[in-house]
Amino acid sequence: MTTIRPRRAAILPALLLAPLLFPAAAPAAVGDPRERLADPAQEARARAIGRELRCLVCQNQSIEDSNADLARDLRLIVRERIAQGATDAEVVRYLHERYGDFVLLRPPVTAATALLWAAPALALAGGATAILLALRRRRVAPDAVVEEAAAPLTEAERARLAAIEAAAAERDRRPS
Amino acid sequence: MIPELGHFALALACVLALAQGAVPLLGAQRRDPRLIALGPPLAAGQLVAVAAAFAALLWSFAVNDTTVLGVVQNSHSAKPLLYKLTGTWGNHEGSMVLWVLILALCGGAVAGFGRDLPGALQARVLAVLGLVGVGFLLFILATSNPFARVWPPPADGQGLNPVLQDPGLALHPPLLYLGYVGYAVTFAFAVAALIEGRVDAAWGRWVRPWALAAWAFLTLGIALGSWWAYYELGWGGYWFWDPVENASLLPWLAGTALLHSAIVVEKREALKVWTVLLALLAFALSLLGTFLVRSGVLNSVHAFASDPTRGVFILALLALYVGGAFALFAWRAPAMAPTGVFAPLSREGALVLNNLFLCSICAVVLVGTLYPMFADLVLGVKISVGPPFFNAATLPLAAPLILAMPLGALLPWKRARLWPVLQRLWWAALAAAAALLLALALAGERVWPALGFAAAVWLVAGAAADLADRIALFRRPAAAWARARGLPRAAWGGALAHAGLGVTCAGIAGMGLATDALVALKPGESARLAGYEWRLEGVRDAAGPNWTARRATVTVARDGAAVAVLEPERRFFPVGRETTTEAAIHTNGLRDLYVVLGEERDGAAVLRLHHNPLAPWIWLGAAVMALGGGLSLSDRRVRVAAPAPKGAPAPA
Repeated sequence: MTTIRPRRAAILPALLLAPLLFPAAAPAAVGDPRERLADPAQEARARAIGRELRCLVCQNQSIEDSNADLARDLRLIVRERIAQGATDAEVVRYLHERYGDFVLLRPPVTAATALLWAAPALALAGGATAILLALRRRRVAPDAVVEEAAAPLTEAERARLAAIEAAAAERDRRPS
Repeated sequence: MIPELGHFALALACVLALAQGAVPLLGAQRRDPRLIALGPPLAAGQLVAVAAAFAALLWSFAVNDTTVLGVVQNSHSAKPLLYKLTGTWGNHEGSMVLWVLILALCGGAVAGFGRDLPGALQARVLAVLGLVGVGFLLFILATSNPFARVWPPPADGQGLNPVLQDPGLALHPPLLYLGYVGYAVTFAFAVAALIEGRVDAAWGRWVRPWALAAWAFLTLGIALGSWWAYYELGWGGYWFWDPVENASLLPWLAGTALLHSAIVVEKREALKVWTVLLALLAFALSLLGTFLVRSGVLNSVHAFASDPTRGVFILALLALYVGGAFALFAWRAPAMAPTGVFAPLSREGALVLNNLFLCSICAVVLVGTLYPMFADLVLGVKISVGPPFFNAATLPLAAPLILAMPLGALLPWKRARLWPVLQRLWWAALAAAAALLLALALAGERVWPALGFAAAVWLVAGAAADLADRIALFRRPAAAWARARGLPRAAWGGALAHAGLGVTCAGIAGMGLATDALVALKPGESARLAGYEWRLEGVRDAAGPNWTARRATVTVARDGAAVAVLEPERRFFPVGRETTTEAAIHTNGLRDLYVVLGEERDGAAVLRLHHNPLAPWIWLGAAVMALGGGLSLSDRRVRVAAPAPKGAPAPA
């Protein structure tokens, strides 16, 4: 009844089959109450930490969301450490040392991720610069219009102007 | 026989699309009215051919034709007819046929309803749509033939992934594709404008309904997917910053920016070059999304490398269309003189700010989605970029956008002063501040949800202030009703869409206060969560058309009074040997009670209980946003000026 296919095998067809679909379609881990810590405050800390850690064999899932064996092991490690009195930072450091950057869903700021973390500032600064440049160009643009207006009249324009002047002179001559 | 006919229809469609891509374009360049006039019939012909192919594929699934490989891999005779039919697009090949069908529908709509467009413009738009169609039809024919046969036929199919067997998913891909492919039309208009070297207010009027329709459908499609993830995947979450989700969010962000800048083109003939660029970007991101999901590159770069045919083909299409369009842009855009002078503090200025922030968010999501791949391939480092990054990186960009939204909507065109606008919004600001303090007092020092509620009230009250100002509700209350009736629907639509975002913000803030509990209960035992008493009555067997299940009955009571009976299930699908969890949800509009059934052991059943305040508002808000888009679309000015919009809403 409860035979669940291995996690990765379940995810792969879901990804391949799903059209442009929503997350790696795999049913959730329901969890096991026995894993949880008795102290609600400690358990809340463990879950907050767990949501920052990646289930290494899954597609973009935190260890709290996955029912892969590895995720369960990591959940237990997190809770074990917390029960032993480790701080949040110590627990994360412990797992980071063992599994590397890949385990952190919030990538650490390193030379390799500097560009990633700078992306919001770069995008905003780049966009703002482009807007300022465009505004400056626009401020120059009206001058160009003025120059164009000051250009000598073409032959056709001169003829039209003469016709208008002639018509005006005609109107003036007529008694009102 | 029917599958062969379908295959032939696809090939025919490909040829017709090629003709549609070449003949009208040539006609427009040579100003030959006979060639130009061939555009609409060719588009109609392509639509008929693709529709025939799609019908043939539907038929193969409906009768469970096990000589067709796609049916064998994705269907089963025991499946209900509805899921047999929706299974047509529940797989790679079929979903690509649906993609092409919707593209052909858009082409048919431009041909049929766009008779008032200038002939050359219509011809060029149809030609670009034809060229896009050729690429994807070739892709299907060369790498993803949905009509491939197997012989001898197996006794029955292997079934559809049970997680995908769901009514929400029947509609999700078509809606999403209407959005994605709708941006193909704005893309085609942009390319046509670049070829002609002219963008004016009329162009803005023709493009806007398409941008609106695509945006409304994409909004609905994303919301439906998010809702599906919420009730079907059983995590109780609604957005996971999964690359597949991001792939649909990217064109939505660019499309939202496009929607706003197209207004400036239409009203003021400013931001023309930028709007053309956004139209190119929105479709480029739609294609990128298709590539990311279809190539399997997200799954792992190595899986992609082991079978790269499809991925490389889509990548080539992406490079061709996007590269070609951007090359054209670089060549022609400088010739379009900027017009429409405006002061930085004006409606136009506010819309520029809107575009700046939306595009920045878009860039961050794009970088975050692609960065793990980039780091792996280029830097040789394996990193993960997950929800904590996306939340931290997009929130500082979204906050000023939300702050500025009501202000921008109230600013007059060309030149504005801030003080009169602030005077009209003071009560909205006051309401937002009150919401902040109230939330802090009630929910206790939870800063982020409180800020979310403040944002929600600010947006909804800001939209109300906008409408109140337009109908002069406070200045001349007697005439307000008459003015409200005279107000263009686009104004109602805009205000409604902004308010819809506010509703979604409230839902997200409410989910920030969600609580849950994991318990193991024996029948008769109960647990407490969020003031409710959750009691397990029993667990029994149940059966469906192609599954068996264990079904729990949980009664939820508050202060002794029964509130709801919830029946979560664990379903087992013998074909495919998979287990799914079916969450049971009870909603009263203000909160969801949500139960998932886990394993049973020693007579006790594991239950995960969730109390999700305001959860339905997330999708309700999205529906309101889409409704606002639809209302704008029905504006008389839009309909009269541009007869095209009816096309997109075709068969959803």
